[in-house]
Order: sequence, then C-alpha cells, then structure tokens
Amino acid sequence: MTPRKDEKVVRAKRLDFSSLFFNSLLPLAGMLLALLIGAIMLLFLKVNPLTAYAQLINGAFGNVSGLTQTLVKATPLLLVGLGICIAFRASVINIGGEGQIIVGALAATWFPLTFRTWPGWALIPCTLLVGFLAGAIWGFIPGILKARLRVNEILSTVMMNAVALQLMNLLVRSVLMDPAGITSGTYLAQSERLPEQAWLTRLVPQTLLHTGLLIAIALAVIVFIFLWRTTIGYRIRAVGFNSEAARYSGINVPFYQALSLTLAGGFSGIAGAIEVMGVQHRLLEGITSGYGFSGIVAALFGGLHPLGTIPASILFGALLVGGDKMQRAVQVPNSLIDAILGLVVLFVVGSALWSRRWAARRQMTAARSQEEQA
Amino acid sequence: MNEVFQLCVVVGILTSAIRLATPYLYAAIGEAFSQRSGVLNLGVDGVMLISAFASFYVLLNTGSVWLGLLAAILVGLLMGLLMSFISITLKAEQGISGIGLYMFGLGLSSLLFKTMIGTVKTVTGFQPVKVPLLGDIPVIGEIFFHHSLLVYGAFLLVPLAWWIMEKTTWGLRIKSVGQNPAAADSLGVNVDRVRYFSVCLGSILAGIAGASLSISLLNLFQENLTAGMGFIAVALVYFGGWKPVGILWGALLFSTVNAFQLWMQVLGVNIPSDVAIMLPYILTIAALAFAINRVRAPAALNKPFERGES
Repeated sequence: MTPRKDEKVVRAKRLDFSSLFFNSLLPLAGMLLALLIGAIMLLFLKVNPLTAYAQLINGAFGNVSGLTQTLVKATPLLLVGLGICIAFRASVINIGGEGQIIVGALAATWFPLTFRTWPGWALIPCTLLVGFLAGAIWGFIPGILKARLRVNEILSTVMMNAVALQLMNLLVRSVLMDPAGITSGTYLAQSERLPEQAWLTRLVPQTLLHTGLLIAIALAVIVFIFLWRTTIGYRIRAVGFNSEAARYSGINVPFYQALSLTLAGGFSGIAGAIEVMGVQHRLLEGITSGYGFSGIVAALFGGLHPLGTIPASILFGALLVGGDKMQRAVQVPNSLIDAILGLVVLFVVGSALWSRRWAARRQMTAARSQEEQA
Repeated sequence: MNEVFQLCVVVGILTSAIRLATPYLYAAIGEAFSQRSGVLNLGVDGVMLISAFASFYVLLNTGSVWLGLLAAILVGLLMGLLMSFISITLKAEQGISGIGLYMFGLGLSSLLFKTMIGTVKTVTGFQPVKVPLLGDIPVIGEIFFHHSLLVYGAFLLVPLAWWIMEKTTWGLRIKSVGQNPAAADSLGVNVDRVRYFSVCLGSILAGIAGASLSISLLNLFQENLTAGMGFIAVALVYFGGWKPVGILWGALLFSTVNAFQLWMQVLGVNIPSDVAIMLPYILTIAALAFAINRVRAPAALNKPFERGES
C-alpha cells in the first residue's frame, strides 16, 4: 500500500508543468472576460472598444515613455504583491496595503529630510529600511491583535488604512509641510523635496524609470527563497495550508500569522518609500495611487507566487498606464480600469474552483492508471 | 443663555447621531444576515457606492425619490447575485471576492458618475417627516421624531431583523446553514439557496444604505461617496455579535462619536480635524479588540459548503 502512495506523488510531480500551464491560463481567461465586459461598458458609453483598447496597448507599450511608465507603475505593485504573497500564503488577508504604503512613504520622507547631510550610499539603504520598518509596524498592530485577541485582520487593516490617511493629512499640513510653500503662502499639502543624494538613480535618462524596479525584482527572488527554502517560510505556508495540522505539529500558528502580516506591511512600506525616493521625490497627497488594492490583484494574478507576481505586476502596470492614455485619447475615465481590476479579482478567485477540480481529477486518473498497472 | 446654548449643542449632536446611524444600520444588519448564513461579504462598500449612484441618477432624471430607492434595491440585488455566484456557486475565497466586488463598485460608480453626471449636483431627496404627537415633545421630539422616512426605516429594521432571525423558520434556516451546513443539508435544507437569499437580502439592504446617503442624508453624489462606511458596517457586525440589537448599539456609539467630531469642528474646538476624523476608526479597532471574545462567530463563516466534505 505504501509504495503505491509514493508512486502517486512522483506521478503528480511529473505533471507539474501542465498544471503550471493550466494555472496561468485560468487567470488569463479571467482577464479576457473582464476586458470583454469592459468592452461592453465602452459600447454602452458609445466608445468603440477596439479604438479604446488600441489606445490602451499603444499607451502602455507603444513607445519608450509608455514602456518605462509601465515598469515604474509595476514596481510598487510588485512590492505590495510580494507582501500579499506572504500574508495570503499564511491565510492572512491583508487589506492594509494603502495604509502601510502611506506610513512607509511618511517615514521615507522624514528620514532623509532629518539626516540630509548623510552621503547617498548610507542614506538610501537606511531610508528604505526605515520605510520597511514603518510599514512593518503598521502590519504588526493588526497582526498582534489577531494573534492575541483574535481581531479579524481584514477589518483592522481597513481601519488602519483610514488612520494612516488622516495621519498623513495631518503631518503633511504641519511638521512635514514644505517651508517654501509656507513662505510663499501657497500652503500646498506636500513635503519639502528630498535631498538629491536620497533620490534613486534613473535607469533610462529622460524617463522616470529608476533603480527601484531592480530592488523590487531582487526582493521577489528573496521572497521566493524565503517562502520555499527556509524553515520560517515553510511554517508560514503550513499555517496557511492547514492551520489545524500546523498546530498539531507544534507550529505556533498565531505567531506566524502575526509575522506574515508584519512582513506584508514591511513590503508595502518599501513600496511607499520607493514611490517617494524614485518617482515623486517628496510626499504628496494621493501617494498610494490605490497600489494597496491593485497590488492584491497582481499577487492573485501571479498565483500568490513571488516570481509569478513579476509578470503580473508588469501587466497591471501596463493596464494602469494604458488606462491614462485611453482617458486622454478617447475621453473614457480611467475608473474603467478600476472596475476591470475588480472584475479580474472576482474571476480569478472564482476560477480557483476549476483549478482545484482539475487537480483532483488528475490525481484520480493518475491513481486509477496506477491501479490498472498493478 | 449659556445653558440654552449647551442644550442646543447636545440636541444637535444627538440628532446628527440618529441621522448618521442610518446607513450603518441598513448595511450592517444586511451584512449580519449574510454572515449568519456563513458568507462574509466584504463588498458592502462597493454595493453602497453603485446603489447610491443609481438612486441619485434616477432621482435626478425622474424627480421621484421612490423610483430612486427602487433603483438602489435593484442594483443591490444584482450585486448580491454577482457576489453569491462567485462565493457560493464557485466557492471562492470570500474575503478576496468581497474586495473584488468593492473595487468593481468603486470603479464603476466613479466611471458612471464622470460620464453621466460629471459635476457634483444636489437633489431634493427624502424630506424630514414629523411624527404626529411624538414629534411635538420638546427636545426628545426634535432628536428622535424629525427625520426622513429612510431614517425611521433603519430603526424599524432592528426589531424586524430580530424577529426574522429569532422567530421565523427562515431565520432558523439562515442560522443553521451558517452554523452547521452539513447538518442542515442532511435535514433537507438547500444550503446554497438559503445563502443566496441571505447574501442578496444583505446586498439589497446595503443598496438602501447607499441610497440613504445619496438621496436622504447628503442629497448629492461624488466619487467614493461612502469613504469606507461599508467596511465599518462589516466591523459593526462583529462588534454587535451578529445580533441586530448589538449592531444598533454599535452603530449609535459610532455615529455619536462621529457627530461629536463634526460638532467639535463646527464649534471650532482647537484640535486638528484629522485627529478628530481618526478617532472613530481607532475606536472601531479598540471595540473589535474588546468585543470579539464575548461572542462566537457563526461556525461556518467564510467557509464554502461542499457536499460530502466531512
């Protein structure tokens, strides 16, 4: 009986490639369906969907500026998505991306403005770290509340978003407000410009593309190694896969849930820091651009796999950039893209049923052929 | 003179509190039905937004508040069917599909607002109706009995929801599929149908919550009108221990703090408005932390039901 079971495992492993194919095909089908419904909405708004989508693709990939913009937007999506991968793998639903980005951006604005004499080689890593820590604290609070008091993390992270937003509004209008704005009397709700040595280097001159993209990709590889090649990563996945079984095997489930939420917050915090250091060079309202939510979409689309999230982030970065182009070219508000993103989430999580059933059927046929051979 | 002024402020705060509790009550009691049947619908805010837009648009074009309310109910039902299909028929992870529903609602309502209306306009929505006799009582009458029909409806919903949940067969069925779907199934209860019903009922109430904002309390529509109210409504369900009366206390506590905050700003009390706006959210987190251990969640909450599973 036992050897047969082992053989089944081997058999399932051999089929891994086709399951990978199938699992990436389903989200794509969901995406197409969402775009199709988007096309119906466009028809309803009396816009030719083909023209609109042509503008979208052209805007995202048509020239160097569009392409680099796509990668610039993919960077925070990837970073938030990495955190989502860790949290969701532990079955912890982190909706707090927006708030964690904000506090990361706040910290990454405050730090270089305070230590503005530091050289770049020290200032940049320290600022990134401070951004990570701020986001991590914002993830730790709902994490510890879940671990100790069983507070639903979905709700507490949403509340933390609102608190972070007000915190930013408060600080950017008081201690962090640009002194130039105060002396000139404009009182713009934005911070002073960061010292230049804290800016991330531009990868392509005359564009916004900065080294943050490389940092994000490197972190994606690190998260992959962390989740699949370390004990802590294994335990996080075990907690998410079956928390009861994990508990029986002696894993401290609440600890790893809190840890995964803290790490998720940290990655969103880096996203906020990189938005400040690489793109805006100062803190201003609307710094999150909704990445806290769209990062969830990217991670889900990438199959909650750090490496899968890389192409997914680029795809959704393209959708956001193309949406702006579409807005300018055919006067369709880019809110259409938000609605499409929502549909993508619905279809991707909805299609998980088929992916599960398909896996179950494959296992059954594999087992049956084993029995026939025996 | 000073005492009269203080009385006016207190009356003002309490009157605002009663009004502000309205959308929370509709949305949270609706969500309680959904969660009692085992489905966590996180998309309440998205449903509220689209319904608020639909009722506002219909009122703007027809001039009828009742047609506006009907539009909100229909849109709520459609969104409920979408959420039900994804999370019950397709057995998707409910927390995430709710976020999808929220993003869809937020995006679509902004899209429709920008293309079909464009600028912020105001309408004449449901008007305050004075309750005969009771409305004439000094102070009390002003606080409780000078509101629009949707406000009264929200408070009447509390005993009605209690009665449905505790005294009717339907309530029993809803609770049983949320507590032990396998047992309910073996007794011949159609688990999926009861859950569809509960989610759609919850979503319709969320739609009315949206309408109560756009055509009764504020009489306008703008992008992201609800600003996360739907999420607070979900939190109130936990706070209220999945019971209508508990939700009523939670909603009143929350709306009183909110009204207090608004009045502090009106009176020019010297604290930053950002801190004041933050307070209710911090209060919600604290309330969740202290309330959550008192009562148990429905056992099958957030768990899709599959026949033949242990």
